[in-house]
Amino acid sequence: METSMDINKIQEEIISEFEMFDDWMEKYEYLIELGKDLPIIAEELKTEDRLIEGCQSRVWLNAVLIDGEMSFSADSDAIITKGIIGLLIRVMNHQKPEIIASNDLFFIKEIGLQEHLSPSRSNGLVGMVKRMKLEAIKSLNKK
Amino acid sequence: MSALQNLPFNVREIREQFPALRQQVYGKNLIYFDNGATSQKPQLVLDAINHYYSKENANIHRGVHYLSQRATTEYEAARTRIQKHLNAKSSNEIIFTKGTTDGINLVASSFGNMLQAGDEIIISAMEHHSNIVPWQMLCERKGLILRVIPINFEGEILQDEYEKLLSKKTKLVAITHISNTLGTVNPIKEMITKAHNVGAKFLVDGAQSIQHMSIDVRDLNCDFFVFSSHKVFGPTGIGVLYGKEDLLDQMPPYQGGGDMIAKVTFERTTYNELPYKFEAGTPHIAGGICLGKAFEYIESIDFKAVEVHERALAKYASQVLETFEGLTIIGDAKNKTSVVSFSLKGLHPFDIGTLLDKQGIAVRTGHHCTQPLMDFYKIPGTVRASFAFYNTIEEIDAFVIALERSLNMLK
Repeated sequence: METSMDINKIQEEIISEFEMFDDWMEKYEYLIELGKDLPIIAEELKTEDRLIEGCQSRVWLNAVLIDGEMSFSADSDAIITKGIIGLLIRVMNHQKPEIIASNDLFFIKEIGLQEHLSPSRSNGLVGMVKRMKLEAIKSLNKK
Repeated sequence: MSALQNLPFNVREIREQFPALRQQVYGKNLIYFDNGATSQKPQLVLDAINHYYSKENANIHRGVHYLSQRATTEYEAARTRIQKHLNAKSSNEIIFTKGTTDGINLVASSFGNMLQAGDEIIISAMEHHSNIVPWQMLCERKGLILRVIPINFEGEILQDEYEKLLSKKTKLVAITHISNTLGTVNPIKEMITKAHNVGAKFLVDGAQSIQHMSIDVRDLNCDFFVFSSHKVFGPTGIGVLYGKEDLLDQMPPYQGGGDMIAKVTFERTTYNELPYKFEAGTPHIAGGICLGKAFEYIESIDFKAVEVHERALAKYASQVLETFEGLTIIGDAKNKTSVVSFSLKGLHPFDIGTLLDKQGIAVRTGHHCTQPLMDFYKIPGTVRASFAFYNTIEEIDAFVIALERSLNMLK
């Protein structure tokens, strides 16, 4: 089986990608492209219990444990939110639940997107990160 | 724009008084179009806040010492200034609150306590959550009935429907003067007369009107008028409830505590007279004094000119925005001011707001605390640009260029 990349290495990789951008608009252009590329969650998975309601945008998250690793798919009605989801999934997909549960996701702050995860923004992403960790913890308990 | 060149006030000079407007965000000059949410503060108010805490800070209404007496004098002088600004009959009619929401909750709790099961309260479909939820809570508590006047697609209250809802059972009508989401200026004076004709009282939510027009509570003949200081260039955390004195006199106190009492024994407490009956505890003294300063500031500006300028801004913004493909302006009332709310086909307001923000432009996106109104228009939210007298046509031009760039990125 293919071994997953170290969760911190992926974050370092994203940080260096973002260092190439000169200004905020370039960062957001990239996020928008990521958002457009994000594989959309299957329509039948967009259920009430997978919905994370935010004040600004809504997020649907599906989490499953496959062969001891977490697998996430998600969607949002806002494209920038989708872009950020894309980054979060890239970091957390195919990681062991215990690693997800304990990682502090330092890349968010490093690339300057912490505002999207602050409670004041309340755009569903805060809830999404919490839910990703919670799902990881739940699957740990199931083991 | 030619309309602006004839203004009796100089926008450039006014902007000089607002330090917050002279800053860059993300390396861009700040364009502040979120005045519906809160206003920036003039130097006069900022200096007054600093002065109060440096020189005057003391508790009021209870100290024999110099500072306490001085703070009390200043605080009561602010009350008198606000009374005069609103043309209220007496300073007893000016109750300091925490803000609009607090003022509405005070009326819902205290006036609401005098109502009986089966009595009716009327609001409109364009109300802010803070002028919906306190009434719903009251209705649940006392078995009252909440009636909602529908609006048309332009965003105007249907007056014939309002008349149909009015009856002897109606005890209170609570309506926003200007809609925070649509910018509609409601014909409040006529609506007040109609309410009085069936013996109902009328509360005006003035959160969005006090900063845009001259308010004369005696001319309006409203029973209550509520607003927040922070939307009218004063500090946060303080606001005003105006109420007719005889009505306030009949109403029971809202919260218990210090300052609102005449005499306390364990057997029985008697309450202080107006306005203190409704002001339990140490109030926001600095806030009250500095709100007085905010009124001193706006009284130095010609409000007729402000109205002309702000209407011109909203009209110009609407005209330019209408040329965008797929853009719909939400709210097209004949009488409208200061607010332009819009949605773009296939695009989420959050994305547009985020990209505008990164270009230095502050707008509000979302449902603006008017979810029932968003349901009416069947949209998740809007992008809202809301103006104050310190905004300019040049800022609207820059906003339009930034919007174009954002839309190109989102295509």
